[in-house]
Amino acid sequence: MNENLSVLGVFSLLSILAVGGGAAVLPETKALVVETHHWLNDDQFRDIYGLGQVVPGPNMLMVIVIGYHVTGFVGALMAFLGFFLPAGAISWAASRVWDHFEGSPWRRALQQGLAPLVVGLMASGTISIARTAIDGRLTVVIAFAVFAGVYCVKKINPALLVLGGGLVGLALLSGTGAGMPPS
Amino acid sequence: MNPSPPPVPAAAAEAPAAYAVPRGVPLWDIFVTFLFIGAISFGGGVVAYLRASLVLKKGWLDEEHFLSALEISQALPGLNATNMSIIVGDRLRGVAGAIIAFAGMTLPGGSMVLALGVAYAANAHNPYVNAALVGVGAAAVGMLSAVTLQIGHKQLNQVLNVAIIAATVLMVSFLHISLIWVLLTVGPVAVFLFRPRKGDGEAAAGKSGEAS
Repeated sequence: MNENLSVLGVFSLLSILAVGGGAAVLPETKALVVETHHWLNDDQFRDIYGLGQVVPGPNMLMVIVIGYHVTGFVGALMAFLGFFLPAGAISWAASRVWDHFEGSPWRRALQQGLAPLVVGLMASGTISIARTAIDGRLTVVIAFAVFAGVYCVKKINPALLVLGGGLVGLALLSGTGAGMPPS
Repeated sequence: MNPSPPPVPAAAAEAPAAYAVPRGVPLWDIFVTFLFIGAISFGGGVVAYLRASLVLKKGWLDEEHFLSALEISQALPGLNATNMSIIVGDRLRGVAGAIIAFAGMTLPGGSMVLALGVAYAANAHNPYVNAALVGVGAAAVGMLSAVTLQIGHKQLNQVLNVAIIAATVLMVSFLHISLIWVLLTVGPVAVFLFRPRKGDGEAAAGKSGEAS
């Protein structure tokens, strides 16, 4: 099968499954990209997720980089279109008919029921990244520090904390071969 | 959550189309506005930026319609940021508005992450790059858990919510069940458990033509 179409297909599926946003679809993204298709290994997935954290806008723009790894710039475009077009089209269509459901008690049930499901999926997303990203004492310290920073200090730009984590890694880990691909 | 919502006249509630969407907003204005939001929003805080820009600064939506658009974005697949851009763009200028708003929202982050991705691919064996990315990955875990807890902490005092969260995490992270099956099983069960019951929400029931 043509790899470009394969990228388009995988990310289109993820797009439709992305109920609750990017973090909710993270475990499934990793399962498909790393385990099913072997496009990336664990460490590359973690690294690319990290790249998504340091740029503005939705973190899941990192799908562009995954596509780029598979088939270059065409793959990048396929991943982008696949991940954003189907969900975008659904939202567009739904917003035009949504007002008909104004006041339906089921709308409230839908929101209340989906809210904990989404939180569960976000927690699973955190776990899936943590399984490769938490490796050694320093990574635990960085994760706790950023957690405390984001959770306790309200007015702080999270991207700065993520970049700070990168600087700490650079300063303390660069001699150790941490994160190096096995050669 | 919503400080002092303006009282909704009964007529407006019956006919949502009655609210005045600004007409003739130039496409370039939509593009620049979303480009700006796309360039400055970080780490899941995009809803706050959208509200500040679309409701407070531009006045393109009132609070009520902002929340309604957000509700659609959250209930449907896709990211809040891009879904919101499409819905708001569509309400302002139709399909062209939706496309231009989406393009503005994704252009800054998308081009930056692609540039970083190309640089990363070329430096995959650089020990400095790898060490920095180990730190970034660890920081991302801290941030994701903080955002999850911020969104989830309101739900932790209700047993039903905790049970749904736990079931979801168990199925996805430990039993490795495919997301599609998790959504198709936990989703309907969760919605059913929160189904509308007789006696609650008389006001809501009054207008529900579509409720089955």
